[in-house]
Amino acid sequence: MAEPAVKPAADEIILSVNNIEVVYDDVILVLRGVSLDVPKGRIVTLLGPNGAGKSTTLKAISGLLGTEDGEVTRGNITFMGEEIANRAPEEIVRRGIFQVMEGRRIIEDMTVTENLRLGAFTRKDGAAAIRNDIEMVFDYFPRLRERVGLAGYLSGGEQQMLAIGRAMMARPKMILLDEPSMGLSPLLVKEVFAIIEKLCRDTGVTILLVEQNARMALKIAEFGYIMESGKIVLDGAKDDLVNNEDVKEFYLGGDKERKSFKNLKSYKRRKRWL
Amino acid sequence: MTSSLLLQLIINGLIVGTLYGVVAMCFVLIYKSTQVVNFAQGEFLLIGAWTCWWLVTSMELPFWFAFPMTFVFMMVFGIVLQMVVLRPLIGEPVISVIMVTIGLSIFFQAVIKSIFGVWAQPFPEIFPVKSVDVFGLAVQPAYLMSLVVSLVIMVAFAWFFKYSRMGLAMRATAFNQQVAQSLGISVKNVFAMAWAISAMVSALAGVVVGMVNGVSSALSFFGIKVFPAVIVGGLDSIVGAIIGGLIIGLLENLAEYADGQFLHLGNLYTVAPFYVLVIILMIKPYGLFGTKTIERV
Repeated sequence: MAEPAVKPAADEIILSVNNIEVVYDDVILVLRGVSLDVPKGRIVTLLGPNGAGKSTTLKAISGLLGTEDGEVTRGNITFMGEEIANRAPEEIVRRGIFQVMEGRRIIEDMTVTENLRLGAFTRKDGAAAIRNDIEMVFDYFPRLRERVGLAGYLSGGEQQMLAIGRAMMARPKMILLDEPSMGLSPLLVKEVFAIIEKLCRDTGVTILLVEQNARMALKIAEFGYIMESGKIVLDGAKDDLVNNEDVKEFYLGGDKERKSFKNLKSYKRRKRWL
Repeated sequence: MTSSLLLQLIINGLIVGTLYGVVAMCFVLIYKSTQVVNFAQGEFLLIGAWTCWWLVTSMELPFWFAFPMTFVFMMVFGIVLQMVVLRPLIGEPVISVIMVTIGLSIFFQAVIKSIFGVWAQPFPEIFPVKSVDVFGLAVQPAYLMSLVVSLVIMVAFAWFFKYSRMGLAMRATAFNQQVAQSLGISVKNVFAMAWAISAMVSALAGVVVGMVNGVSSALSFFGIKVFPAVIVGGLDSIVGAIIGGLIIGLLENLAEYADGQFLHLGNLYTVAPFYVLVIILMIKPYGLFGTKTIERV
């Protein structure tokens, strides 16, 4: 494993995942000892290829694992000093962690406003505060304001914005974002990521961002973890990761010289980190 | 003369139709939010009617107090039923859950018979008059009450699902349980609530039909009549359930008219809804208002 980078020590760690193992259906071992720390008020990204276990890690944190017959069998997850592993998802939402699931998952047969009001389901501070926050979300995403029909008819980008807006409505302390760039055009990805960054800066919400689009993710994140087949293989501050040769080659691309078939064998071998 | 009879039957059909609609709505509510096809829906009517009957005759409570009490009892009954019988079945195959609701239906029938006997009991007279004159037509006051209460319930349902926090949560759960959970909604509570509302509102229909026809096990047959209404409307549409109910109610009464005037077959009244059900399903297999999922291209 690569040298662990020096983490920003002064920061308060809001979420700490310690050496967790996740098993699906009692037999399929998906995560094999994942540990990560998320400092309060920052954007941390979790990168890695398909099937590495990124989404599973998020679901282990948000408790949604239970809905898919998964379970944290070892290790612990602490949020603001309290153990939350294997708790019911509604309890974890109440504690302040809100997951925006992969593929947006907005409620298609409801209107934009109804979706937003559902985001505030766990809040108890009254209709006026919720109406205020709906306005706030519309200020972040002006194009949602004009959409009056069912959310299912929104474009992919608008649905992603709605999904993020719905998370904001819960006024969470931490948002888990699962691949917000999925299926969006490069321009929209830029727009969505700019808003994520602004959201973190304005409201101080902590963000754990799972992405395949490493280049974009490392633009807004301060710290990153890289996962492969159920393990964290590399972690570091943004600049360390961006300058790391392996990360450059596997995740960032942009290498000007073309790879030839001659090198394919060694490339494949090097693709394994451990 | 015959035209006024026809008009009378149409009015009756519409009133009974709203009752079918309300019960169908309850059925759809459970199906939509918990994916359970509840074959014990008719027994909710039965239990509600007997409870109200018992409160009025044995406990000698005034009807206007017994009626809301029945609602409260049925609400608790629905919650307990969900928690004790159906909650452990979450995640089991659909067919197992359906078998359990059929079992529940038989079980409740038997229990009710052992408590109250097999004979129909007349409901004590609640209203001072036998019939009310509405635009020259005789309408039973119980039906008139049911029409008013049904309409209130339908408006309440519409408001509940459009504006209330729990109503939105129920719709979210119907859309996708995992999504609902990710929003902090307790799916278990939503399920319990669906059963509670369904049991409560079905009991209303039970009491009304009991007041008109007497309280007996035959009431649960009303629950079977609701199936064509539900399926005509499309299994998962609340509006469809109401319209389906109206269609079935009208149809029954028109069939009776046709039968009595021209055909003389005897009981077209009972089977006509099912004939129409078959025909509609041949033309529109998902019912008139069945799910069309939104597809973006």
